[in-house]
Amino acid sequence: MTPLNAKIQEVFSEPACGINQGKSEKERKKGCAKQLQPGGAAGGCAFDGAKIALQPFTDVAHLVHGPIACEGNSWDNRGARSSGSALWRTGFTTDMNETDIVFGGEKRLYKAIKEIGEKYDPAAIFVYQTCVPAMIGDDINVVCKAASEKFGRPVIPVNAPGFVGPKNLGNKLAGEALLDHVIGTAEPDYVTPYDINIIGEYNLAGELWQVKPLLDELGIRILSCISGDGKYQEAAYSHRAKAAMMVCSKAMINVARKMNERYEIPFFEGSFYGIGDTSEALREISRLLISRGAPEELMARTEALIAREEAKAYAAIVPFRYRLEGKRVLLITGGVKSWSVVAALQEAGLKIVGTSVKKSTKEDKERIKQIMGEVAHMIEDMTPREMYKMLREARADIMLSGGRSQFVALKAAMPWLDINQERHHAYMGYDGMVELVRQIEKSLYNPIWLQVRRPAPWDGEGRIAKLGMAMAAE
Amino acid sequence: MAIVSQVKKSCTVNPLKMSQPLGGALAFMGVCNTMPLLHGSQGCTSFGLVLLVRHFKEAIPLQTTAMSEVATVLGGYENVEQAILNIYKRTSPDLIGICSTGVTEIKGDDVDGFIKVFRKNHPDFINFPLIAVSTPDFSGAFQDGWEKTVTRIIETIAPMPSGRRAETRVNVLPGCHMTPGDLDALRQIFEDFGLEPSFLPDLSGSLDGHIPDDFTPTTLGGISVDEIGKMGRAVWTIAIGAQMRTAAEALERISNVPFRVFERLCGLVANDEFFAFLAEISGQPVPQKYRRQRSQLVDAMLDGHFHTGGCKLAIGAEPDLLFDVGSLLHDMGMELVAVVTTTASPVLDRLPTEEVLIGDLEDLESRAKVRGAEFLITNAHGRQMVARLKLPFFRIGLPIFDRLGAAHIVTVGYQGTRDLIFAIANMLIAHREVHHDVNQASWCPTMEQESL
Repeated sequence: MTPLNAKIQEVFSEPACGINQGKSEKERKKGCAKQLQPGGAAGGCAFDGAKIALQPFTDVAHLVHGPIACEGNSWDNRGARSSGSALWRTGFTTDMNETDIVFGGEKRLYKAIKEIGEKYDPAAIFVYQTCVPAMIGDDINVVCKAASEKFGRPVIPVNAPGFVGPKNLGNKLAGEALLDHVIGTAEPDYVTPYDINIIGEYNLAGELWQVKPLLDELGIRILSCISGDGKYQEAAYSHRAKAAMMVCSKAMINVARKMNERYEIPFFEGSFYGIGDTSEALREISRLLISRGAPEELMARTEALIAREEAKAYAAIVPFRYRLEGKRVLLITGGVKSWSVVAALQEAGLKIVGTSVKKSTKEDKERIKQIMGEVAHMIEDMTPREMYKMLREARADIMLSGGRSQFVALKAAMPWLDINQERHHAYMGYDGMVELVRQIEKSLYNPIWLQVRRPAPWDGEGRIAKLGMAMAAE
Repeated sequence: MAIVSQVKKSCTVNPLKMSQPLGGALAFMGVCNTMPLLHGSQGCTSFGLVLLVRHFKEAIPLQTTAMSEVATVLGGYENVEQAILNIYKRTSPDLIGICSTGVTEIKGDDVDGFIKVFRKNHPDFINFPLIAVSTPDFSGAFQDGWEKTVTRIIETIAPMPSGRRAETRVNVLPGCHMTPGDLDALRQIFEDFGLEPSFLPDLSGSLDGHIPDDFTPTTLGGISVDEIGKMGRAVWTIAIGAQMRTAAEALERISNVPFRVFERLCGLVANDEFFAFLAEISGQPVPQKYRRQRSQLVDAMLDGHFHTGGCKLAIGAEPDLLFDVGSLLHDMGMELVAVVTTTASPVLDRLPTEEVLIGDLEDLESRAKVRGAEFLITNAHGRQMVARLKLPFFRIGLPIFDRLGAAHIVTVGYQGTRDLIFAIANMLIAHREVHHDVNQASWCPTMEQESL
């Protein structure tokens, strides 16, 4: 078995994963990804997943070793934000050509690393493997090791070529790269009893900054965020944190679990989406920190902050209530968000007519039942055609989903809101949830809906039909 | 006359180039009820899909053979077979267009061979249109993929000359630099000369942004497979952009339809040639409407030249778009000080500049900086460089993901040229008002130094 295959097996049998715990040994070996169906698949590859997980590190040069497609077709397409360097957004690729294919791409990769070091002086260079060099046998581990030694700068191999599996596997392989080469390689200047890691949070639309002030107020320091608005050094000394919060259970559970094993950093899975969940996450952070020796009084301060912020958030949502009462929401997203935003939406008077559970764990589904009752409309898999039909028949008033399905809603002339990675608004923490409700209200009550659903006053052949005339007269 | 050179470096930084299969897939999207299929890993499709969705703000039909590592090593026949069957079952398209990718090319998958075996194994599909194009990611660029695909469509569907030619029918082969808006404008022009154009590909039917009556998983419009089969009846083929010469030659070879290539349709002289040609082949006088539009363009050039004259331009685009728009701005008095493109083309050494670089946006940025460029034209990826260089920035090409209306940017015809001149001149005026307004120090270098 190649080292990469061994890694993949290891990631597949992740013991801390909720789904895995319910599987037999044999099932686990098969892996967690459903077999992809040619001609019926959608979604990113492992390389995509690895890049999603690591690219938010702001002071790192992210170098994609492959032909132009992998970086040329995809760069600068992520909504993460940086408070410092813009280097993370720069597109670096070896842009392999036919000669590289024939003679191997390792030399070009090595030279590319050298050029980046000389021109951009990054804190580190992450090298992403892709299918073509994997096929021809380019060994990026060896090149990265040689380049690190020669140039005296961390050069980290990220071994997740697209064809080994889906995005989610790539997230985890990215985590493995951090565990193998980054975490624990540096020491912070100082530590405090209030140091935490946040794992699997990418600061999309700058949403981490909706939560950071709350932590700041409590005196809690984000020692390292993996990877939103993160710096290489921070990840390198993240093993000195006292506790960790794992934000997206599916993405980097292996990082949280192994850091727990290696460095005894306790972690919990939580979410900053939703008012109750934000409070719960803050409580859990404080609880873990106290268990690691932080003063007990932290909890009292946390509770006070929660009480204040919850009151403020609910008060801010109240004015929307009479406008949103009874409006029906179709929620097409995955995992945590399938339940974590539901409570806040219900608080605003919205009715959830369906939530997708395609990417949710057993626990996620339990949570949905708790929040929405046994009659919860859990949608296992909905084709775009079915979504379109549901909206067209007005069985929902608005759809919240990712960009992939936006045109299903818009072409049905129904309101739609982006709640996935390319969105422009930040929806985290207390402020974020109020913002989400505000955006829903803005979308539902935009006057365009009345006009865009109006049929043209002519028929298929362009003849002015009687019906059309009657409408025009109205 | 320009010297064309390739940059000597190992790391491409901020790519301008996109890959061949994506250009090929987009070409297939100009055929009605079609499903383009990339034979590669699912990421190849996913990245391309996201890019086109962000550009067109439309649902994009694009499927994948979802090659795993094992399938890649063993060969992809099963995946291609399953993909065709699945797509057919789910979406009942009129055409499935298959573009290879880097990873399946390396393995040496022979998709044409696969199709033959597939037809043998599935006799129901014996006449079903399946077109395979070889588009490895590691050579060429987006424009090359488009060009190859259009040529393959013509070669495969092979429109035979059928008896009498229809006097008014013309074929139009637009390059990938033509937007849906350009095609609409061109269609109007042809029709005003009494001509009936068939566009291959026709993105104006599929990606112009319109509301279909029902949910459609394949392309929403475009030229039909039937109509492609009738292209042999046309009296002329008009190819737009040097990239379309090969496709036009193929059509001439197969169907005996003569062709003419228009490398530019942006600019006064280019349009004079184009309209004169249409008048000649249609036997119609140039309609009054276009005589007025020509006059308006001349006026726009007069009004615009105050602002464009002497302006130092940095431009990055695929060859045909670069040649079209770059030449117009040279016509308008701009100086092309930094010019970058993606792939080789016969038009490049005729660009009115000293050097054309096959390179990336890092090259464009460094040259723009050193040579004091005052204006930048490229796709939306120019936004990072412009934040550093603080230049006025006009977006052309693909992708344009951070502005609306990319499908309706029109540069063709007298009218398209006129509007482009206005848009660019206005941008330069606005930039000057904000950043370079005259003040007391303007004529006094020492004062300016102090104020700095």
